[in-house]
Amino acid sequence: MLFTSYGFIAFMAAVLVLYYLLPKVCQWPLLLVASLAFYAIADWRYLFFIVFTAASAYLIALKLESIEARRKAILAQSPDMSKEEKKALKARHKAAQWRWLLLALFLELGVLAVTKYTNFVLENLGKLFRDGRFHAIDMIVPMGISFYTFQTVSYVIDVYRGKQTAQRNFLKLLLFVSFFPQLVQGPISRYGDLSKTLYGPHPYDGKAVSFGLTRVLWGYFKKVVLADRIITAVTALIADTAQYTGTYVFVAMLFYAFELYCDFTGGIDITIGLAEAMGIKVAENFNLPYFSKNIKEYWNRWHITMGTWFTDYIFYPISVSKPMLKLSKWSRDHLGKAVGKRVTVYLSCFAVWLATGIWHGAAWNFVVWGLMNFVVIMASQELEPLYARFHARFHVKGKAPYEVFQIVRTILLMSVIRMFDCYRDVPMTFKMVGTMFTRFNIHVLWDGSLLALGLTGADYGVLIIGFFIVLGVSLYKARRGSVREALYRKPRAALYGVMAALALVIVIFGAYGVGYDSSQFIYNQF
Amino acid sequence: MKRKAFLSGLAVFLALAAVLWFCQRLLMPKYQTGIVEGSMVEEYYREELPHEVLFIGDCEVYENFSTITLWENYGITSYIRGSAQQLVWQSYYLLEDALRYETPKVVVFNVLALKYNTPQSEAYNRMSLDGMRWSGSKAAAIRASMTEDESFVDYVFPLLRYHARWSELTGDDFKHLFSKDLVTHAGYYMRVDVKPQTGFPPPMVLPDYTLGANAMGYLDKITALCKENGIALILIKAPTEYPHWYDEWDAQIVEYAEKNGLPYFNYIGLRDEIGLDMTTDTYDAGLHLNTRGAEKMADYFGRYLTENYDLTDYRTDPDYAAVWSEKVKYYNDMKEQQYAELAEYGHLVSFGANAIEG
Amino acid sequence: MDTLLSILRSIHPEVDFELCDTLIDDSILDSLDIIAIISEINAQMDVTIPPEEIVPENFNSAEALWDLIERLEDE
Repeated sequence: MLFTSYGFIAFMAAVLVLYYLLPKVCQWPLLLVASLAFYAIADWRYLFFIVFTAASAYLIALKLESIEARRKAILAQSPDMSKEEKKALKARHKAAQWRWLLLALFLELGVLAVTKYTNFVLENLGKLFRDGRFHAIDMIVPMGISFYTFQTVSYVIDVYRGKQTAQRNFLKLLLFVSFFPQLVQGPISRYGDLSKTLYGPHPYDGKAVSFGLTRVLWGYFKKVVLADRIITAVTALIADTAQYTGTYVFVAMLFYAFELYCDFTGGIDITIGLAEAMGIKVAENFNLPYFSKNIKEYWNRWHITMGTWFTDYIFYPISVSKPMLKLSKWSRDHLGKAVGKRVTVYLSCFAVWLATGIWHGAAWNFVVWGLMNFVVIMASQELEPLYARFHARFHVKGKAPYEVFQIVRTILLMSVIRMFDCYRDVPMTFKMVGTMFTRFNIHVLWDGSLLALGLTGADYGVLIIGFFIVLGVSLYKARRGSVREALYRKPRAALYGVMAALALVIVIFGAYGVGYDSSQFIYNQF
Repeated sequence: MKRKAFLSGLAVFLALAAVLWFCQRLLMPKYQTGIVEGSMVEEYYREELPHEVLFIGDCEVYENFSTITLWENYGITSYIRGSAQQLVWQSYYLLEDALRYETPKVVVFNVLALKYNTPQSEAYNRMSLDGMRWSGSKAAAIRASMTEDESFVDYVFPLLRYHARWSELTGDDFKHLFSKDLVTHAGYYMRVDVKPQTGFPPPMVLPDYTLGANAMGYLDKITALCKENGIALILIKAPTEYPHWYDEWDAQIVEYAEKNGLPYFNYIGLRDEIGLDMTTDTYDAGLHLNTRGAEKMADYFGRYLTENYDLTDYRTDPDYAAVWSEKVKYYNDMKEQQYAELAEYGHLVSFGANAIEG
Repeated sequence: MDTLLSILRSIHPEVDFELCDTLIDDSILDSLDIIAIISEINAQMDVTIPPEEIVPENFNSAEALWDLIERLEDE
């Protein structure tokens, strides 16, 4: 069920109504049933995968905890243990825990790897060896597997690290793994965060419900009115690589940046808003990312839960691992301090961005996309002394025009890198981005060519107004804070009025359904 | 405080519902100029008096039989519940729907639509279904007609279907928000212009000439429904030749009619007897009859009806006479206007698919 | 403590580490800084900070970090 289908809207409404009508003890079981149903409606076979992942995490987390409990029991029984004995005991138990953790990672990431990447590997082996025996096979890829696997992995690691107590109720853990609003596109929640509010009970709270639904409507506005409208032009532009070169690529780049922003943040708004309406707090995934002044900041504000996941579970463990520290020490001694300092950061960053790229999709485009991010981040890191000198001479730092310049620069840079997930393959992307500089056809911006991309003048009108609405709301958020709180301080009709207006705008101006087209009527034939 | 919040919420909700309702009325196509076929199904409900003869089917009924001629020449009260590309299941449910208001003595069904066994086109579906009043028949008709991409909700709230028309609203949409003009004459769609028939492309060879089981199943249901209600059912094939009506199909209908004791007339072979001249009696090169042709067809068919069925001549009934004299007047006025346009421009300007809004 | 302060200053000379206790909350240190600090601590003080200890509470101030180092040395 797509978020934008009538089915999902009905499903959401039914769950919400039942959620507050049923006795409060039924709230989280209702969500579990709804989540499994949501999954089963897509394809009932998916259930096996998600239950397997949840069950293995459940059992291994309990095992990890019992090993730790045993150590504590031994310590309590023998108070006169020497420091060395204690250390040895800890090492022994840690080693046992480590083996269980590895098993968990193997099972969970294994399912992810097999379902999502088998075909990628097979196809590339086929190309490499020019052997027809390696070809893609028909395989089910469970919906949202990247997201729920990451959630589950973070849960097990947190238990391993002693940051989190294990959940004893399997069904509760299953709900954490399968919670339907975030199943398809995240955010990637941490058990410690989500579990605080996931299981309730939540008495009906009018404010929470109206706030949540306002956010859901805002999400639909961005998704249905803006993203689903502009996607027509984006698709047209990237489909015809022969015709749409030069300035068209630039247009495609900006349109895609806008589409992706509206689609992704809109979807997340629907997720978080729906949860909020049920009293559940889901982690924020975006913090006005297009106001970032540099790429590093951008990645702290865009798809935040993914970024922190990679930082906490890949970047830190790799960079502080014993071999890495040793390598760092060795290079410091043999290659000098400058290299020694960098080697950890570079290697860990490389690993993270490689993983991020692969996680986004099983294709070379994404690998290159990830590595481009790595290159840009490292370059800006290296250029920092230069920036410092620049700022010492020219006092523009913190001034509005310079900040706007930084923001625009960041958006453009991110948009260029993102072209890798638009075009067919890596060479094509390089070629198309190249034409931006070699083909001079800027006149297409005003000679009506943009009206041949499947969007009418009226559509552009909606997009332009929508763009300024989104920009206005973002600026308000950046400067004054929550728009909803501001509305809430006014008479209640103001918030309700905004909700009604959003609903109306979505229904009328949404780009959904079979467009009415009287030309479909082939009159003469009948 | 809580009460106040609830009341303001309710007020806003009701206001939203009212605005949405208004938008729906505004954005739904009015079908008043150009493609008027979308108005046909809805117009039926404006009839004041019952009819003894009811036609169901596609353009081969609503363009080929002048109901006014049937009245003027024989005093027959008839109505054509036709619509563009009306599929058999739509005919069935439209008949079922009509039976909620009246029980005619004779139902006439044109068999061309039997060539379609599955849902065809969203646009035509909307024109046949949007105008229906809500009933079990409408719900069933929608379910039987939906193509793969359609959803039932779009029929319940047509706004969801037509919302995108906001950028192409015309004067008609505002003018006819709450009132529509009649576009047919008891279901008959008038065209007086002439474009002689010249010839048709040779019919394609089909892999299978068996009429579909689904379509024939609905014909069975039509037959049963008529039997149940004591209605005489007549099967016809209109005298026009395109889309091609294959002999193999005809044979199946002949057999079906025999088996069920129904009269079946294929008028293609009877054109001389009717007096049809396809050089003067068609407005679109032989696809459909023009008014001249439709009047000949109606005169011929009316004679058959009066000779074989116990129909009342209502011309002496003052109630009927009053209602029908208005129809006759509207019919004659429109005819006059169409001839005037032909005389002035050489073609029709405010009628037909490409008509300009007046 | 002095070694620690000198490590911190080598990374962000402009910050007053003796006073600031919102190094993470105010995004003064980012993830790259953190691992630079950890590898410096490892190199100069021979203390290994495991990933599970990389939480805001341990890195928000020089003092918190110092407490962490002492605790890890103790274990």
